[in-house]
Amino acid sequence: MSAGTDVTTADERILQTSPLRKLLGRPELGSVVGAIAVFVFFAFFADSFLQAASLSTVLYAASTIGIMAVPVALLMIGGEFDLSAGVMVTSSALVSSMFSYQMTANVWVGVGVSLLVTLVIGAFNGFMLTRTELPSFIITLGTFLMLTGLNLGFTKLIDGTVSTKSIADMEGFPSARDVFASTITVGGVGFKVTILWWLALVAVASWILLRTRAGNWIFAVGGNKDAARAVGVPVTRTKIGLYMGVGFGAWISGQHLLFSYDVVQSGEGVGNELIYIIAAVIGGCLITGGYGSAVGSAVGAFIFGMTSKGIVFAEWNPDWFKFFLGAMLLLATLLNAWVRKRAEATK
Amino acid sequence: MARFRTWVGIALAGALSVSLAGCSSTGGKRAEDARKAASAQGQAAVNTPRWTFAMITHSGDGDTFWDIVQSGAEQAAVKDNINFLYSHDDEAQQQAQLVNAAIDKKVDGIIVTLAKPDAMKSALDRARKAGIPVITVNSGSEESKAFGALTHVGQDETIAGEAVGEELNERGREQALCVLHEQGNVGHEQRCDGVEKTFDGKVQRLYVNGTSMPDVQSAIEAKLQTDKAVDAVVTLGAPYADTAVKAKQGAGSEAEIDTFDLNAKVAAGLADGTLGFAVDQQPYLQGYEAVDLLWLNKYNADVLGGGRPVLTGPQIITKDDAAALSEYTERGTR
Repeated sequence: MSAGTDVTTADERILQTSPLRKLLGRPELGSVVGAIAVFVFFAFFADSFLQAASLSTVLYAASTIGIMAVPVALLMIGGEFDLSAGVMVTSSALVSSMFSYQMTANVWVGVGVSLLVTLVIGAFNGFMLTRTELPSFIITLGTFLMLTGLNLGFTKLIDGTVSTKSIADMEGFPSARDVFASTITVGGVGFKVTILWWLALVAVASWILLRTRAGNWIFAVGGNKDAARAVGVPVTRTKIGLYMGVGFGAWISGQHLLFSYDVVQSGEGVGNELIYIIAAVIGGCLITGGYGSAVGSAVGAFIFGMTSKGIVFAEWNPDWFKFFLGAMLLLATLLNAWVRKRAEATK
Repeated sequence: MARFRTWVGIALAGALSVSLAGCSSTGGKRAEDARKAASAQGQAAVNTPRWTFAMITHSGDGDTFWDIVQSGAEQAAVKDNINFLYSHDDEAQQQAQLVNAAIDKKVDGIIVTLAKPDAMKSALDRARKAGIPVITVNSGSEESKAFGALTHVGQDETIAGEAVGEELNERGREQALCVLHEQGNVGHEQRCDGVEKTFDGKVQRLYVNGTSMPDVQSAIEAKLQTDKAVDAVVTLGAPYADTAVKAKQGAGSEAEIDTFDLNAKVAAGLADGTLGFAVDQQPYLQGYEAVDLLWLNKYNADVLGGGRPVLTGPQIITKDDAAALSEYTERGTR
């Protein structure tokens, strides 16, 4: 082989890749294949699954998980996770409700205070993590337990019972309900507004990840923290920001909880943090960080919504509910991993 | 740092001014204060020695039902001049340890639930040997006497379910959905078993994730969409009734929503007709009576019911009773 014909083996960094290969390299690809498989499965086994009304129910279930899965996915790409995310949603609803009630304030004031509180909790997680350098498992487990106790303790102390008082007759409630918990009717089928919140969050998070400098920072701190710091990435600021993002998601979910049920039970939310993490993992986020996407988390939440409600649509024996759920999730994740492996092999 | 402080100052000042300006002229704390302006604080009605009673339940954290039981027990304790100690754990083994701790503390009486009787047997034996009177409440009516308790105060879950089944028959329902918010809870299964026993129609069970209201709602909604024949939904806890109403609206179903247990929203739902009926086991009474019966036993060696269970329910509550109860549900004693 002479040197003159060697033009095709140019620098691999500027190698042209075909659109198909690019698609195969996307983190959410495996989960999309998984989602299609789950969809076809239930379309086949559950008669009512394909109705528009059923789709709206599935989307609602997916959106309530998805709203939290987006910031949780971003956090995982940044190399950390948050065990306090589930109860933080309840905290957000409780703060909002009790502040408005006790101060006899317009409920929008409570909504604002709640945003402040959730952002502070997120910042606290991030600050503790970066300051102490302890694993996020320990830090957020501590926050999880503290929030669980605070939710109960404060509610009991202030309201005298374990649930909040109704704020449905207070000023500002109707408009807040429109924003956080209304139903939009399209062609005779009602869709919950949380679906819009969810899509908006996915869009914003995708833009941040793929088009901004902060997005590069998130991938960098998740990939290799020390290397990232060495090239000038503000690691501390990025991680605190990511935890505050989870706080923001918890705020939206919490307000939805409050304004759709107008009374909040203080013991709720425990266990949901795992569901958010599962959705992000199914969506292609690596638990070790540095890899994943916001769209993937949405697909993961959608798979979760389809599975949990599909079992009901299919009218299977409910004794086996959790088993079916677990098996479906495992299958979806395996399929996801397999597709990703194939995709990487063809690179 | 100085700039940071300035920002915090501005944020606080902003929050304060917004909350001052943004007052609600309807509802809220001020309205509640106005309502209960004339409520008096309780005080002891007897001058017996200040005995100490311990109550140990199998309640999870933040359970509305147990909160009401506790409030009944506390009010009886105030009246009877009792030093009242409350603890709970939903793990049977932990609950037994709490009972042992109370025995070590040499309390004058113990109130305990027997949700998982086997785990509690040895602790109750110890109490009997130590000469501490025990009253069982809520669950365990069958084991209570065998374990040496004075008496049992509570409702038989199966009987409560049977009452629901009969009420559904009377209302001409044909397909009922029993919504369980805790998979593996024996009491929940017994309630649904009871419904199945007396209800002439078909009973289906639906398990939902009780710690997530949106999940409860979408699961019931999915079930109602897929099975149009369901004409009655029975929830096993008061907070889930309102969620079932939302699910029914979402699914465009005509089913009647009924529930076990009461709270303020259930009372309101019964009054305006969005709920059919509620079956109440009067948790306040379970706490109140248990403390009172222990006191009577200490003071006067009384045993109510001759050692047989004292039933606190089931009481079927419909639209007609709801209005009278709303005041009590508001304050958390019904």
